[in-house]
Amino acid sequence: MSKTSYDEPKSAKGPAYYGYKAFQYIFLIFLAIMSLLPFVIMIINATRSRSQIESHAISLIPGKNLLVNWKVFNGKSFNVTTGFLNSVIVSTGATFCSVYFSTMTAFAIVAYDWKFKKPFFTFIMCVLMIPPQVTSIGMYQFMYSIGMTNKLLALIIPAVAAPATVFFMRQYMAGALPMEILQSARIDGAGEFRIYNQIALPMMKPAMATQAIFAFVSSWNNLFLPLILLTDKKKFTMPIMVSQLNGDIYKTEYGAVYLGLTLTVLPLFVIYFLLSKYIIAGVALGGVKE
Amino acid sequence: MKSAQSRIKSISNAKYGYLFIIPFVVVYLIFHLYPTIYTMVLGFTDCKGLNNTNWHLLKGNIFTNFQQILQNKSFQTSVKNTIVIWIMNFIPQISLAMLLTAWFTARRITVKGQGIFKVIFYMPNIITAATIAILFHALFSYPTGPVNDLLQRLNLRDGSYNFFISKPASKLIVAFIQFWTWYGYTMIILISGVLGISPDIYEAADIDGANGVQIFFKITIPNLKTILLYTLVTSLIGGLNMFDIPKLYLNGGPDNSTKTASVFIYEQAFSGKYLYNRASAASMLMFIVIAICSAILFYLMRDKDAAALAKLKKQERKAAAKRASTQTWR
Repeated sequence: MSKTSYDEPKSAKGPAYYGYKAFQYIFLIFLAIMSLLPFVIMIINATRSRSQIESHAISLIPGKNLLVNWKVFNGKSFNVTTGFLNSVIVSTGATFCSVYFSTMTAFAIVAYDWKFKKPFFTFIMCVLMIPPQVTSIGMYQFMYSIGMTNKLLALIIPAVAAPATVFFMRQYMAGALPMEILQSARIDGAGEFRIYNQIALPMMKPAMATQAIFAFVSSWNNLFLPLILLTDKKKFTMPIMVSQLNGDIYKTEYGAVYLGLTLTVLPLFVIYFLLSKYIIAGVALGGVKE
Repeated sequence: MKSAQSRIKSISNAKYGYLFIIPFVVVYLIFHLYPTIYTMVLGFTDCKGLNNTNWHLLKGNIFTNFQQILQNKSFQTSVKNTIVIWIMNFIPQISLAMLLTAWFTARRITVKGQGIFKVIFYMPNIITAATIAILFHALFSYPTGPVNDLLQRLNLRDGSYNFFISKPASKLIVAFIQFWTWYGYTMIILISGVLGISPDIYEAADIDGANGVQIFFKITIPNLKTILLYTLVTSLIGGLNMFDIPKLYLNGGPDNSTKTASVFIYEQAFSGKYLYNRASAASMLMFIVIAICSAILFYLMRDKDAAALAKLKKQERKAAAKRASTQTWR
């Protein structure tokens, strides 16, 4: 019965239809609150005093202690600007390398016939499974021996070889890159690099945008490798900085901790509201209907 | 049609195929394959102590490190924790993502404000996991954290509850954080998959009089198989490598109940005695576990519908060609 009401055409809107809709929206709003509430608490508590938080940790009314919290927070050794800049450098570089070269590799697999194509793609699918932790100890020893520890470049260059991105781009390209267009460009006398940069790349934009977002986020959020490779405070990325907030130095200063977390998250919120358009657009473009 | 397409492909120049993969191959060999082999070798050596570069292959029993790791209680617990926490997070995650996908892509009963919901649900995923772990540590803090405050205000509890000393609660919270940060991502991947399914199939189903539930289970899910596989494999690999949240939420505690394999490996290699050799052995064991899981998964999903999949790909190619021809016309 509920099955049939679920599919009733819009013209026949019974109470079951409205009940179903109401349930849908209540559930969605509950999920939305679940996603937002921790951040709301965080931002509001960043403005409240230690004693206010200790007596009632949840409040929807901001306090007046922002400046005090700032002083406590800044009194300890925590440099948000440095961490933010380092993270921007690493994530932007890694995202560019990973998306551009992965698309190029996928293009080689989709657009050309060469002898070792199949084994190469099988190889990519196999190394897709290799977790970063497996390489991390060898990676650390290797980077140490060539003097690349404490260099941000050590976190950027390896992104050129991103098997997961290659895999995704190949899957997308195989269905969405028409060989006829490449062929006609070839007849018009375009070189292969021009075909890649000016024809294939623009056609792959939606997939690349999606992959760029995910590559950026995963690079930005990466804690394991930076934690291993970077020991110099001046090279710390955001996640390492944040991890220090749990230490003894902030033990009971919850206002300062919430403020520190807020400061690390605020730039992300700004970036996210600029990017979210591209996320939704990238997703929607995946299935254009004529 | 088929012969025309294969002819066009075969004209292409093989040389460019090799040229275009050079950057990938070079970087892969130096920065991924070499460290991987290095790690493998270290598992058979006596390499320990900070930045030790003077190490030798083990004499006598070369598998000593592996045997020690396998007998290590802490390692056994960490592997068990990793699997338990991943399952506790993945089942609700994929279920919720599927439900939301069904709602957001339903063609008859559309959900208004989808854009905003998608943006909100995906948001936790963009926030650094380290930040989220510390934030939840603050939220669940004892005795005066926000969660305890909420429980008392709603009269669900009289006193404060110390979440940090309860083993099941800690596991549950770590799994919840994983679920909470990832279901939006999974939902977006699934929705993009559904939107990629050729609309012709849905139109045909409409004409045949299929209802929404039938369409979802008989068309959407079978067509999503590749993407579901992708989601499952990536989530499994990510789950088995879980590090940031268990490490920063309670540093693997209480009593190792949230210590995952990655946290164990990190502790072995980069703290205390810097046992690079044993950590390498543990890494390799984890690698084998992950490889076996993935292989089983690929096998199960592929074998059943290999024929159907080939058919589907053909259809997709046709649809793509059709789309492309309209694009050039435009």
